[in-house]
Amino acid sequence: MKKYCSFFRVRFALGLQYRTAALAGMVTQFFWGGMNILMYRAFYEADAAAFPMTLQATSSYIWLQQAFLMLFAAWLLENEIFDDIVSGNVAYELCRPVNIYDMWFARSAANRLSRAVLRSFPILAVASLLPAPYGMAAPASAAHFLLFLLTAVLGFGVTVAFFMLVYALTFYTVSPNGLRILISSVVEFFAGAIIPLPFFPDGVRRVFEMLPFASMQNVPLRVYSASMTAQEMARAIGLQAFWLAALVAAGRMLCSHALTKMTVQGG
Amino acid sequence: MIRVEHVSKTYRVQKRSAGFAAALTSLFSREYEEIRALNDVSFTIGDGEMIGYMGPNGAGKSSTIKILSGILTPDSGSVTIDGRVPWKNRIEHVKSIGVVFGQRSQLWWDIPVIDSYELLRDIYAIPKAQYSKNLEELTELLALSELLKTPTRQLSLGQRMRCEIAASLLHAPKVLFLDEPTIGLDAVSKIAVREFVTRQNREHGTTVILTTHDMQDISALAKRVILIGRGRILLDGTIDDIRREGANPGGETTDLDQAVANLYRRLDIL
Repeated sequence: MKKYCSFFRVRFALGLQYRTAALAGMVTQFFWGGMNILMYRAFYEADAAAFPMTLQATSSYIWLQQAFLMLFAAWLLENEIFDDIVSGNVAYELCRPVNIYDMWFARSAANRLSRAVLRSFPILAVASLLPAPYGMAAPASAAHFLLFLLTAVLGFGVTVAFFMLVYALTFYTVSPNGLRILISSVVEFFAGAIIPLPFFPDGVRRVFEMLPFASMQNVPLRVYSASMTAQEMARAIGLQAFWLAALVAAGRMLCSHALTKMTVQGG
Repeated sequence: MIRVEHVSKTYRVQKRSAGFAAALTSLFSREYEEIRALNDVSFTIGDGEMIGYMGPNGAGKSSTIKILSGILTPDSGSVTIDGRVPWKNRIEHVKSIGVVFGQRSQLWWDIPVIDSYELLRDIYAIPKAQYSKNLEELTELLALSELLKTPTRQLSLGQRMRCEIAASLLHAPKVLFLDEPTIGLDAVSKIAVREFVTRQNREHGTTVILTTHDMQDISALAKRVILIGRGRILLDGTIDDIRREGANPGGETTDLDQAVANLYRRLDIL
């Protein structure tokens, strides 16, 4: 366990170095969040009753999403892992007494977390100072806040575990780029990163909510703003736990199969 | 004790002719060619031996190293290193080996070398006392003290290679694989690496398996030479055997590089 913590620590420390990137990212996310909220405001002004969430809940959803973007972003993949596989440098990683899956899991979790830590607090602080209903509201209750934390951890795990499948699949392809682009857009759409899932038509939404993508950012962001009933939350948490276990198991299997089949590229 | 018996490994390589038409055709049907990287390879290496493993480019050297270090699984044949099968007990096996790939880097690019070493210490679970002792010795022998606090990306190739070799020896492995460790190094660094490897072998009894195209490396380090070509073992002997077998047609002795070139041509393995 200690070795995986060390991987986590090194990667985390490395991620904290990128101050300028964090600052630029924060500004972008702030504008992005603001534009998004203004767009929704226009819709709500047309007919507020037509929407499943209040404008305040939507604003909170968007600010939290922007603050924790790096935890759940579908485009944030570890380039170093792809590079290692494509260039054959993975040979060195395989000469270590570590489980490749666990090591990469620790690394990508650390990468996401280090970036989120730098960005989340300033965004949350500013967003909570904005006037209602455009700012970020306080959590509906202490219980909602605790459940938000729990579902955020589970959703983060599901996100990392899902992208571990992408890394493992890279062993089978010559170049990871196509797979990356395809999967990133699919995940963004189904996870509710583009439009929150409650805004989809009921029939489609019910199917979407069963998919692993809904167990990523969708659950914690909606739990926070209390736009789910207790029963819905219980079901969503159960699904998150299920997908986390299933994705980790699938990723481990795929990884060990890939290692027996693979050829290391380049000399 | 390393025992390799009847090991074969085949790769499938995609082929297509030059040109746009061929590229279009390959969209629909692809031709593959089977390349036998290793063909019934057998040898035994005792503890504490220093082996020069040589052969022309594409002979199967790197494939052998990758199989011995547990990265690749051969198609057939058996390998045991101290009673373990590398690709089956990979995690157990790699604890007792060290590997240097001359053309790759195992150090983290953006962090000081010492941070990479500490990560390796945790990965191999090296006890603190042993780690500081090994690190101290390696720092002294490879003259690393000035380099440890520098990020890897700012080291010269020679400096980096010294750091890479030290990284592979922090956990005091019993077997050390060196895959072209002196590639691209200047004369001073080459000699430093050679002296260090000799010393490591003498004082710690480390088994060393060295692949290189540099004949001076081989003659400075290896008492025993295994020559591989087209996936087969062609010669298992000493550096003098290479000299004799590769002598010029007239029979006069020649320099080692010429002897190797003659030998490759004679065996038709280029």
